[in-house]
Amino acid sequence: MPYTLLIVDDSKLARMSAAKALTTLYPDWSRVEAANADEALALANDTAFDIALLDFNMPGRDGLQLAADLLAVKPKMPLAVVSANHQDEVVAQARAIGAVFLPKPLTPQALEAFLKDAVARLPAATA
Amino acid sequence: MTAAPQLLSDLQLDALTELVNLGVSRAASSLREMVRAQVHLSVPMVTLETRSRAIAILGEREASNLVAVHQVFEGDIAGRALLIFPETKSLELVRAITGGDLPLEDIIELEQEALAETGNILLNSCLATIANMLQRSLKMSLPEVLRGDAASFFSLAPPPELGDVVLFLFINFAVRERDISGYIAMIMDVPSLASLTHLLDEFIERTTGETVASLHDQA
Repeated sequence: MPYTLLIVDDSKLARMSAAKALTTLYPDWSRVEAANADEALALANDTAFDIALLDFNMPGRDGLQLAADLLAVKPKMPLAVVSANHQDEVVAQARAIGAVFLPKPLTPQALEAFLKDAVARLPAATA
Repeated sequence: MTAAPQLLSDLQLDALTELVNLGVSRAASSLREMVRAQVHLSVPMVTLETRSRAIAILGEREASNLVAVHQVFEGDIAGRALLIFPETKSLELVRAITGGDLPLEDIIELEQEALAETGNILLNSCLATIANMLQRSLKMSLPEVLRGDAASFFSLAPPPELGDVVLFLFINFAVRERDISGYIAMIMDVPSLASLTHLLDEFIERTTGETVASLHDQA
């Protein structure tokens, strides 16, 4: 079944790139986009999405803090934090809060693996 | 002092910001290996300025005693890259990198070397990431530590033949509870800026799967 992906990145280009990869992998899925943590949290209150893809390095709250905030609202939502900064501490923090760490630049292969795993973790559709 | 002309479109500047952020994030990973502690590096702002504006910005924000790590790059895009800190912050940076329990004379002795090494990692990471993502290669010189003011850093001989622009990155660097802010400046001449603009358009098209012309229509 089609799901909705939340893409959060302060770079419009990075959002366009993720959107292109998503459209290629899952043409029937929808997406919502936010340029920072505040916009993403506002969306979380009034828009339905199933999976989240978060840039780590953003002005204001970073992707790890946003991941924790989103999980407080939607505890079972699969989410990934994307960064070129693969320091052990960053990867470990992502795992500790229950997020997947994906290296930047994000490849369609890495996105596909994450989304497949995420779909497997989502509860079966009740509709 | 006049405002900088719009040298890059919003999407081109977005793409360039994304590339330098990638480069700086990778540098943070490399520096983490070197200092054995978590390194926070971020780029809160990227702007493209004329040389006179870049000198004015640094002059307004910082005292005149600055230290820089300087490297020359050559290829489709040619120019100079500088990592710039106020001189008062450079010992702080060395303390942060070495762990901070060394006596002052050792720190002073190590300053030059630690600065060159840190600059080399940061500048190479930024330039190599830009080159790789734009599918071009750049040749880089060895790092050199300079002391002076903004005007002297941005007027190194030989002067460019066709005027130049400065890509200005504001960076925050934090390690072991020490917070140091500095700048990365990339000085390019006008032909290099034209090549960069063209390469950024190609990169945007590869990344988004759309032509730059159609993206401009959407904007």
